[in-house]
Amino acid sequence: MSFLTVYITDKTYTNGVQAIRDLHFQVAKGEFVALVAPSGAGKSTLLNLLAGLDTDFQGKLAFPADASLSFMFQEPRLLPWLTVEDNIRLVLDAPARHTDLTRFARMDLLLQQLGLQDFRQLYPNQLSGGMKRRAALVRAFVTRPAVLLMDEPFQSLDEPTAQGLRQLLLQLWAEHHPTVLFVTHSLNEALLLADRILFLSARPAQVVLDYTVPLPRPRPQQLSELQALQTELLQRFPQLLSGSGVSSQPFANPAAPKL
Amino acid sequence: MRPAQWRQVRLLVLVGFLLLWQLAAWWLASRSLPTPVAVLEVLWQQLLSGELLKHLGATLARMAASFSLAMLVGVAIGILMGNRRVWNELLDVLLILALNIPALVTIILCYLWLGLGETAAVLAVALNKMPTVVVTLREGARAVDRQLLEVAQVYRLSRWQTFSKVYLPQLYPYLFAAARNGLALIWKIVLVVELLGRSNGVGFQLGNYFHFFDIKGILAYTLAFALIVLALETLLLRPLEQRLNRWRR
Repeated sequence: MSFLTVYITDKTYTNGVQAIRDLHFQVAKGEFVALVAPSGAGKSTLLNLLAGLDTDFQGKLAFPADASLSFMFQEPRLLPWLTVEDNIRLVLDAPARHTDLTRFARMDLLLQQLGLQDFRQLYPNQLSGGMKRRAALVRAFVTRPAVLLMDEPFQSLDEPTAQGLRQLLLQLWAEHHPTVLFVTHSLNEALLLADRILFLSARPAQVVLDYTVPLPRPRPQQLSELQALQTELLQRFPQLLSGSGVSSQPFANPAAPKL
Repeated sequence: MRPAQWRQVRLLVLVGFLLLWQLAAWWLASRSLPTPVAVLEVLWQQLLSGELLKHLGATLARMAASFSLAMLVGVAIGILMGNRRVWNELLDVLLILALNIPALVTIILCYLWLGLGETAAVLAVALNKMPTVVVTLREGARAVDRQLLEVAQVYRLSRWQTFSKVYLPQLYPYLFAAARNGLALIWKIVLVVELLGRSNGVGFQLGNYFHFFDIKGILAYTLAFALIVLALETLLLRPLEQRLNRWRR
């Protein structure tokens, strides 16, 4: 019962660079999947294909046609000439959401939950980096997405701020349960957030390891437990984060034994 | 300094300029440089007789018409050229030509081809202004942030929302630059157009004063016009720009 199927045989840019080759995986409804890969491995390319921002590729992407989609980018990408509230109202005013009568109540609730109540009339330039991410989180969740794509959204933040945002994300995910694809190059972040981690190779991207995170939710707050898991994982697959293959028998196909 | 103080400084500069002019005129005591007071007297007479308003009105109407035409067409072509490679390649040579054709040539040709009428006058002014609008807006369209347009696409904003809330605000600075330069350029050209082929307007009136060596009259009309342009800038353009730029603080 997969909700989202990715079956990309080839994505080559016009400049000849092949970003993705034979990348296949499936995601269940409501699952939180992290995609971990070295930088420049075509992760952003994959998200752009899923979001429909780029339609030039060979293969197939399948998810329910009526599934609404949100995208949280590396940079918050708020419109600087609109206040926090107007940035969120803008996506709520899109034609597809006119029939959704509870949308503004939901906006108020989310703004309150994320501590933006007193900042809603400010412009993005007046907010800190962490606050801007919170506003972007509200914008991503306020449309009640079935699919949420996240492209290293907490990069370039100081660690405590990033940690706070991760907790907020987990809280929102537990409440709304969208299917999440979370791109990151931090194994730690992936272990903390995801149900399942797909390790991708360097360009052209392929799945080299499909790993189910054996940790209960809520996730342990102490980093020591994550650290132990990370060390163990890297001992078993020393090549994992370098982007090269794990073994001669790739774990890419779903039939391969789960760890 | 606070904005109010800057306003006072601007006013002081203006008063200082008038004072300097008055002193210079006294010192020279020549018919070539009348005193500001004498000029203001002529201005007052012209205002009372209704001549001033008649000619000013005619000129302002022509300016408004050609300004709107030049902005509308120029903005559309500029955006098209900035966004679509094909159109840029097709129109670039013509644009360079249009930028460099002397204003006088456009004016004379318009009068010769369309006759000495209002249409020719307005079109001549607009054609002189349009190329610079195109260049400015093309620059703006090229600088538009594609990443923000992707946000609009992902969240499925309507075409109108995308244009008015995501695209257009990025062009505001360029629109203002085009409007401001445009106002200055248009008022220089519209007078030539009137001098050459109209029987009313400030340009026509200046022509008359020129024939009679009436420097007081020439300066009176110049002053009236300068005041109107200044008023447009302070009462319309600046407040509008400040309103639209609030978020930059």
